[in-house]
Amino acid sequence: MGRSIYRKLDWTIITCYIVLVLFGWVNIYSSLYQEGAFMFDFSMEYGKQIVWIGSSVVLALLILFALPPKIYAAFAWWLYALMGVLLIAVIFIGANIKGSNSWLQIGSMRVQPAEFSKITTSLALAHLMSSKFDFSFKNRSDALKAFLVLLLPMLTIVLEKETGTALVYLGFLLMFYREGMSGWILIFGLSVIGIFIMTLVFSPYISILIVVGLVSVFVSLVTRKKWVVAVIIPIVVLLGFIPSLVSDIGSVEKPATEIVSMEIDTDDAVDELASIADSNMVSAESESPSKSAVVLRKFFSRFPAEIWLVFALAPLILGFLTKSLVKRQKVLRNAMLSMILGICLVFSVDFLFDNILKDYQKGRIEVLLGIKEDPMGDGYNVHQSMIAIGSGGFFGKGFLRGTQTRFDFVPEQTTDFIFCTIGEEWGFAGSLAVLAVFLVLLIRLINSAEKQRDRFIRIYGYCVASILLMHILINVGMTIGLMPVIGIPLPFVSYGGSSLWGFTILLFIYVRLDLERWR
Amino acid sequence: MAPSRQRKNVLLFSIIIVFTLIVARLFNIQIISKYYRINAENNALKYETLYPARGLILDRNGQILVSNKITYDIMVTPVEVAEFDTLEFCSIFGIDTSFVHSKFREYRKYRSRIGFQTLPFIKQVSGEHYNIFIEQQYKFPGFSGTPRTIRTYPINAGGNLYGYISEVDAAYIKNNPDYKQGDYAGRTGMEMAYEEQLRGEKGYNIYLRDAHNRIKERYEEGEYDKAAVAGKDVTSTIDAILQAYGEELMQNKVGSLVAIEPSTGEILTMVSSPGLETSKLAEINKYYQEIVTDPYKPMFNRAVMSPQPPGSVFKLVNGLIGLQEGVITPATAYSCHGAYTVGNLRVGCHGHPSPLDFRRSIMMSCNTYYCYVFRAILDNPKYEIIRDSFTKWKEYVESFGFGMKLNTDIPSEQAGTMPTAEWYDRLHGKNRWRSLSIISLAIGQGEIGSTPLHLANLAATIANRGWCYTPHLQKEMPDNPIDPRFKERHYTMVDTSWFECVVEGMYLAVNGGPGATGRLASVSGLEICGKTGTAQNPHGNDHSVFICFAPKDDPKIAVAAYIENAGFGSTWACPISALLVEKYLNGEISKERKWLETNMMNGYLLDRVTVSRR
Repeated sequence: MGRSIYRKLDWTIITCYIVLVLFGWVNIYSSLYQEGAFMFDFSMEYGKQIVWIGSSVVLALLILFALPPKIYAAFAWWLYALMGVLLIAVIFIGANIKGSNSWLQIGSMRVQPAEFSKITTSLALAHLMSSKFDFSFKNRSDALKAFLVLLLPMLTIVLEKETGTALVYLGFLLMFYREGMSGWILIFGLSVIGIFIMTLVFSPYISILIVVGLVSVFVSLVTRKKWVVAVIIPIVVLLGFIPSLVSDIGSVEKPATEIVSMEIDTDDAVDELASIADSNMVSAESESPSKSAVVLRKFFSRFPAEIWLVFALAPLILGFLTKSLVKRQKVLRNAMLSMILGICLVFSVDFLFDNILKDYQKGRIEVLLGIKEDPMGDGYNVHQSMIAIGSGGFFGKGFLRGTQTRFDFVPEQTTDFIFCTIGEEWGFAGSLAVLAVFLVLLIRLINSAEKQRDRFIRIYGYCVASILLMHILINVGMTIGLMPVIGIPLPFVSYGGSSLWGFTILLFIYVRLDLERWR
Repeated sequence: MAPSRQRKNVLLFSIIIVFTLIVARLFNIQIISKYYRINAENNALKYETLYPARGLILDRNGQILVSNKITYDIMVTPVEVAEFDTLEFCSIFGIDTSFVHSKFREYRKYRSRIGFQTLPFIKQVSGEHYNIFIEQQYKFPGFSGTPRTIRTYPINAGGNLYGYISEVDAAYIKNNPDYKQGDYAGRTGMEMAYEEQLRGEKGYNIYLRDAHNRIKERYEEGEYDKAAVAGKDVTSTIDAILQAYGEELMQNKVGSLVAIEPSTGEILTMVSSPGLETSKLAEINKYYQEIVTDPYKPMFNRAVMSPQPPGSVFKLVNGLIGLQEGVITPATAYSCHGAYTVGNLRVGCHGHPSPLDFRRSIMMSCNTYYCYVFRAILDNPKYEIIRDSFTKWKEYVESFGFGMKLNTDIPSEQAGTMPTAEWYDRLHGKNRWRSLSIISLAIGQGEIGSTPLHLANLAATIANRGWCYTPHLQKEMPDNPIDPRFKERHYTMVDTSWFECVVEGMYLAVNGGPGATGRLASVSGLEICGKTGTAQNPHGNDHSVFICFAPKDDPKIAVAAYIENAGFGSTWACPISALLVEKYLNGEISKERKWLETNMMNGYLLDRVTVSRR
């Protein structure tokens, strides 16, 4: 090991690390500050964080100078297996802290295996995907193995009731993408999220229409047939207005005979019927509604709007599908299949939402999407968080002068909501600076990884970047109301031993491995 | 480009897009939107209200009538109360443990409504108890002491005038949005009339508090605090000594006594009896039930709220109108042999020499004379129908201030009653009434009603020979000017030249010797001029009425006394008024008149008074 390679240490990454860790400590101190506080008070988090920082530095130095780089690839699977055991063990013998079974108590210290399993999974994936010379996602078994390696720890963590941390693992998909996985999977993932949001915010009816509309747009772009769009979009838009039009008519008349649901509608043929019913109702305004109107109303109220829509669309979609199978039109086939899949997803949303998600999770999502305003209940944390950040203005309130974070208005202000202290005390300028440092770190990591000749190291580098990215997005997004409240720390900045050790090790393994290309 | 490079770029690009979204969001909530900053302030800033000292009320000579004193309340924040030694707590204040227990039972019951609030636990503890408590406060978490100021009254006089202060209620806040819950405001009397001057301005200290509503520190070291501004003192026109004296004279009688300084309209004294002891005013809540159920209605300011027929005093007005209208002259004389009779109608009079000219009609208060005068005014051929002449007569009377509010600064002032031609039309039939139908108005009986203040104002008008200033209670001070309306002279419709002979008549009524109805008011050297009245009361004894002023030329004081159910004007109202005048002008009652003072003060008339037990 020549000392010369150490001259090639990536100081950009190291500087970003140091800046973030120190600035993190400053903000932890500030958010807990009381009159006469002593920096090295070890009963307070800022005192403890000094210990964590110190020990992390030791770890970093160990990794850089003491540990041979080859051990990472060599022991990747052993570590992965060991971590798997710990992850499962923690479910049974772990201490239950704040609702999650993910902590191991060792004396007075608490450790979260989940933090370290990100490292072992990265190493394992890197080894898996680099040891086989022609590993490719196009190869079914290769792809399956990769997903398995990813999913096992993810599921275990979900069982630990740490759904937030499990979500971070989705970041690995970005690395998969770089390594050849089809981009469609990512698009599919985003679409699923999109459908979920649309169905909750608007309605299943509208959601289906949007699915149809978007798929048609896509088909039109791919096949360059502009008429597809020109025909479908107006129809979709028209259909979109029908429920509101019809319920307006419904609200004018007061059924004297029976209470009937207002959900009439859908379909062009039905429009005619609706307008007849309409004229019947209008003429019979002050008397009882005409018989035909009542009958129509009853008929259409049997099923909700989206069911009618599906009834109407089903023959069309199935027809086109069959045609595409017969005539081997791949694009059309895929388009129809995705429409069907989309519609199924729309229907599954309600089921998932009501039955799978827990109440507090439902509440958080509703608050995030603006469906529900609950600044005192489910929305409290985010509301207070946004108040804290928002009140920072451009330059912030100044060091030690954040009223919201110092006076307990923001919960978890040293861990999950540490960004609030930054936003409140350092303002827009400060927040921007921190984000800039993160961005620099990420870009540097990716560009550096790209330059690696060794596939293992490159894959590992992308893993590091993906994990950090997910943490940053979810954590910061949550504090400003762009993400539902998911409790995960901000890398290097948040208080926490496991968290800081985990990220330090994660990062510095890469820094060390990076040097190998200069041999 | 190799696909992997492309992918790398896609990833980098996406990352940058997402970061941009985050920055945009931050920009929105930190820079563009004001919502969060405002909410932050609402969260963390706590305004502690500083209450200003309320202005004092002084008398015309600078003596303090209404002042402030500090009292201590013990407050409790139930949500912060922990276990404490109830016995020890009670021993500090000398209260019973059952009081504490019942209070806390109440707090438990309403705990969701009470929340984080601080409530008064014991009000108005003494200074010593308070000091002991403060030393031991640490033993009783959740309890605190607040000093408060309440009103105090150095002189026991004027209880009816001052009014009281109490905490504002929802209805008050609705009409006066400047006030918030917990504020105090004057609700009646002078406290209410001068509220704006007396209340001062609230200040505040700003503290930072945490999410658990605990005070943490002073905001910006007090830079943004606002000091309270003490209320302005109000100087009233009342003479404290005279007011106290008047109340003493009027004790155990029902009625009122009003004294005005004619040259300025300043009210020197306004007594309403039975009155309110000032000591009860300070703790109005404690005594409220007692006061409100008292059948003699001590809260009722009879001087301005009680319209009654003026009686013979009103003859002066009719006399002046007659002179102005030219239907009589000072030399006009009428015979009277004990009554005025026209057909079946008979208005009785008392025994006196006959005939009497104008001045002596006043001196002996002849009813007959004024029946003639009144009829002459109304039957004046100048006016074709009774309606016109009556309306004209009414205008004259109103120009003396009768039948309307005088627009003083006294709250709850009443206008009195004044009949109209339309009213008589309805009563008797259109144009089917004549001067005879309403003859009782000639001698101040019938449908006319005036308050003692009206009468005092009449006395002042005559004293000034034909004009007056609107009576008022607040004295003009160099740093606190009064409303300009109080500096406007009001002239009556009767020319000032006619007033001199009325004054002479009134002089005779007191000092004219035998036959003068106001003999008891004669004090050597004071030249008191007065007029007696005896208001008939169909429900009981007649009311005793008297107005006067002195000295005859350059008068300093004008007085009206109205004493219910006391009988003749000469027996009670007249001497009481004279004593008040003597006290004011001479400072004390002469030895020869002391017996009268004693008699008046000891006079117990309450059993003559008919009270309504409602």
